[in-house]
Amino acid sequence: MQDVNSKTITSPPCISARSIDKFFGKKQVLFDISLEVPYSQILGLLGPSGSGKTTLIKIISGIDAASSGEVNVLNEKMPKLSVMSKIGYMAQSDALYGDLTAEENLKFFASMYNLNGTKQKQRIAEVMQLVDLSDHLKKQVKQYSGGMKRRLSLAIALIHKPPVLILDEPTVGIDPVLRKSIWNELYKLKDEGTTIIITTHVMDEVEKCDYLGMIRDGKLIASGTPNEIKNATASNTIEEAFLYYGGASK
Amino acid sequence: MRVIAVMIRILLGLKHDKRTIALMIIAPIIVLSLMSVIFNGSDYNPKIGIINAPINFVNKLEDNDAKVSRYDESAAELALNQEQIDAIINFKSGVPHIKLEGSDPSKNSAVIKLTQTVIQQIVPTTKPDITYLYGYENMSSFDNFGPILIGFFVFFFVFLIAGVSFLGERTSGTLERLLATPLRRWELVLGYILGFGVFTIIQATLIAWFAINVLNIMMIGSFALVLLITILTAMVALSIGTFISAYANNELQMVQFIPLIVVPQFFFSGLFDLSTMPTWLQAIGRFMPLWYSADGLRNVMIRGKGWNEIQMDAYVLIAICLVFMMANVLALKKHRKI
Repeated sequence: MQDVNSKTITSPPCISARSIDKFFGKKQVLFDISLEVPYSQILGLLGPSGSGKTTLIKIISGIDAASSGEVNVLNEKMPKLSVMSKIGYMAQSDALYGDLTAEENLKFFASMYNLNGTKQKQRIAEVMQLVDLSDHLKKQVKQYSGGMKRRLSLAIALIHKPPVLILDEPTVGIDPVLRKSIWNELYKLKDEGTTIIITTHVMDEVEKCDYLGMIRDGKLIASGTPNEIKNATASNTIEEAFLYYGGASK
Repeated sequence: MRVIAVMIRILLGLKHDKRTIALMIIAPIIVLSLMSVIFNGSDYNPKIGIINAPINFVNKLEDNDAKVSRYDESAAELALNQEQIDAIINFKSGVPHIKLEGSDPSKNSAVIKLTQTVIQQIVPTTKPDITYLYGYENMSSFDNFGPILIGFFVFFFVFLIAGVSFLGERTSGTLERLLATPLRRWELVLGYILGFGVFTIIQATLIAWFAINVLNIMMIGSFALVLLITILTAMVALSIGTFISAYANNELQMVQFIPLIVVPQFFFSGLFDLSTMPTWLQAIGRFMPLWYSADGLRNVMIRGKGWNEIQMDAYVLIAICLVFMMANVLALKKHRKI
C-alpha cells in the first residue's frame, strides 16, 4: 500500500507487516500477508467473519505472534511490551468486568498504562464524554446495554491517548447517530497524528478509510485506497468490488 | 503499580459480589458446625510400648491384637513423641501407669478399653494411672478433626473461587484485553494472589476464630500460628486454583477438577488413619499440600507446638505456592508469548 498523495511517502510507515504466516497447529489461517500503514492514516480491514482479520490485528497489536514474517509498529519489531503501551486496542468481544462500575473499569485499565492520579481522572472524564457515557460512569457494567458496552470498550482503548489505535469492529451495535460521532472523533484523532486500523463489515464505513485491505480465507486479496480498488475492478461501490474479488478467488 | 491495580480490581469485584463473599465465609462455618455436631465417638489395634510389665499382661495384650514393643524409659518417650506408638505402659510397684499420646480420641479409647480389659483379667483390684502427652480425657473426635477441616474448607473454597475467577478472565475476553496492555504475565499472577490474598486473610481469620471460640475446638497453641498456616493454605489453594483453571474451558469443568485435586487431599490429610496402609500409599500424602496444612494445624492446636516444630510445614506450603505461581506465569504464555 503506497501513499501517493501525501508527504509521508519517504518516511517509514507507522505499521508494517511483511509476509505474515500464521498456523494454529497444522491449520494455516494467514497466508503471506504484507501491508503498510503510514502515520496519521486509517486502514480498514474488511472480510467475512472467519477470514482471519482478528488474528491479523492480534498479531499486529502484539497479543499473538506470527508463525513467520515480521511486524513493525512505530519502528519497533513486535511483539514488544513498550510498544504495546502505545497501542489502544479494542477487542471484538467487550472485554469488561461486569461486576465493576464503568469508572472502576476505566481506572483499572488506565493503571495498566501507568496513568494515575489527576491525569487519570481527567482522561476518564474526556473519553466518557466522547462516547457519550458521562452520565453512566458510576453504573455497574452488567447493567449496560450492548451498545453502551461497545462505547465503553472504545473509551478504554482511548484512555491513554495512544498514537496507534487498533479497533476490532468498533461500531457493531451502535446506532447511526453515535456511529457518526465516533467516526468524527476518529478523524479528529487521525488529524492529531493517530494511526488507526479498524476492522468492519459495514460497507458505508469502508469508504471513510484512507486505505482498505480485503481479506478472504486468510489471504489479502486486494489493497489500496477505496478509489483504487473501485477503479481496478470497474465497480461503482466497494461492495461490488468486494463481490468481484470474492468471486474471482473462488 | 500494575500489580496493585490488579489486586484492587479483584477486591472491588468481590465487594460487588456479595454472594461469593458469603459463600467463602459462611459455607465453611456451616459445614464445620454440622460436623462438630455429628462427630462426637472403629476397630483399631493400638500400638503399645512396654517399659516394665508382667509377662502374662503383655501376652494378653498381644492376644487382643495389640502391637507391643519393648522400650527403655527414654526410648519410649521418644517413640511416643514421634507417634510411633499410641501409649506407654509401665508397672510401678504393681500399679500400671499408662501414658497416652492423646491427640486422636479414637486411639485413646482403643488403648484404654483394651488395657482395662486385660488388667481386669490379671490384677482385678488395681486401677491404672492414666496420663496424656497431648490432648485430654474428654477430647472429642471433632477436636482431632477440627484443625484438618479448617485447612480443608479454606483450601476447597479458595481453590474454587480463585479458579473460577481466573477462568472468567479468559472466557470474558478480559485476559486477552489485558494482554494487549503492557501488563506482564507475572504482574497479573501476583496481582491475583495479592487480591485474593487480602480477602483470604479475612476469611481465614473468621473461620479459625469461629471454630475455636464458638465451636470450642481444642486449641492450646498460638492463634497467630493457626492463622499463619491457614493463610498459607489459602495461598496454596489460590495458586493451584488459578493454575488449574488454565486447563478448564468453563466453570463446570473447574468443578470437575474437584474430585481430582481436592478430594484425594482430603483422604490423605490425616482425617483417616493411614498407619495401617502400605508405606508407599502413606508416602503419597507427602505430595499433598493439605497434609502439611493439617500437620501444622494439628501440631499447633492439639499439641501446642511452636514455630520450630511447624516451620517445615510452613516452608513446604510457601514452596508449593511459589512453584504453582511460576507454573501459571508459564501457562499464560499460551495466550501471549512475551
